[in-house]
Amino acid sequence: MSENFLFQAFSASAILAAVIMVTRKNPVTAVIFLVVVFFSVSGMFLMLDAHYVAAINVILYGGAIMVLFLFVIMLLNLGHTKQKDLKGPMGGLVGGTIAVAFLGTLTQFFIGGSEFEGMSRQGDVQLPLGLEQQGVIAPIARPLFTDYIIVLEVTGILLLTAIVGAIFLTKKRSV
Amino acid sequence: MNELVGLVALDTQGMIAVFVSAILFAVGVLGVLLRRNAIVVFMCIELMLTAGNIALVAFSRLHGVEGQILVFFVMAVAAAEAAVGLAIIIAIFRHYEVVDLDRFGILKW
Repeated sequence: MSENFLFQAFSASAILAAVIMVTRKNPVTAVIFLVVVFFSVSGMFLMLDAHYVAAINVILYGGAIMVLFLFVIMLLNLGHTKQKDLKGPMGGLVGGTIAVAFLGTLTQFFIGGSEFEGMSRQGDVQLPLGLEQQGVIAPIARPLFTDYIIVLEVTGILLLTAIVGAIFLTKKRSV
Repeated sequence: MNELVGLVALDTQGMIAVFVSAILFAVGVLGVLLRRNAIVVFMCIELMLTAGNIALVAFSRLHGVEGQILVFFVMAVAAAEAAVGLAIIIAIFRHYEVVDLDRFGILKW
């Protein structure tokens, strides 16, 4: 009962912080509330038995990526914007319509208007996390380094490319 | 069991998580469409990726840990995307002195 309440509290704070983030004028405030969103989502992950995902969500998103955003905002000195950042009423109408359409489609899909079979449990999937036997990390690490090893290597190449690309793009041209 | 469609197989927390994922995704779409500041638009894209992650984790309770492994790769892609995207924003800022998306509609200069 109380666990359910905690989960709902995390969900509510995630949604609330996301709305605040989208509507604030100052980008630094937006970053702070996005960090709140990530922490709430990590709480949800914990209660959904995804402990490892919760941990890397805090470390990677809440730590690394958000610091990168803050760093760029400070580097470009954007912390105090005066003019209004939201688009006009026409843009608001179009954007709101598209967002509501997305929400409606997703909700309908999740409630079961679709015939997509993957939404329900099929036969003999072995359920995640025999926590008692394997611990939290092993059920994720083992397939990652056996079945998905090629994907993992390609991810490494992707990250290397991103590093090289980022350095190249921000380098001052010396010509 | 096999003819169950929809959320019948998920428990309460899974259902809540899936709907939170839908709402967060819609909020992210709204932010991308409504904001002019390129950095905030970028943060809204990260929000949409997180919404996808929530759905993956929720459904990984039905289908095994593959969903959580996929979340791992989504996060790696998000990190790469953030690095390159912010580098592009810095390069654009060097040229235009603004990060207002309405101000650079054309791709040449």
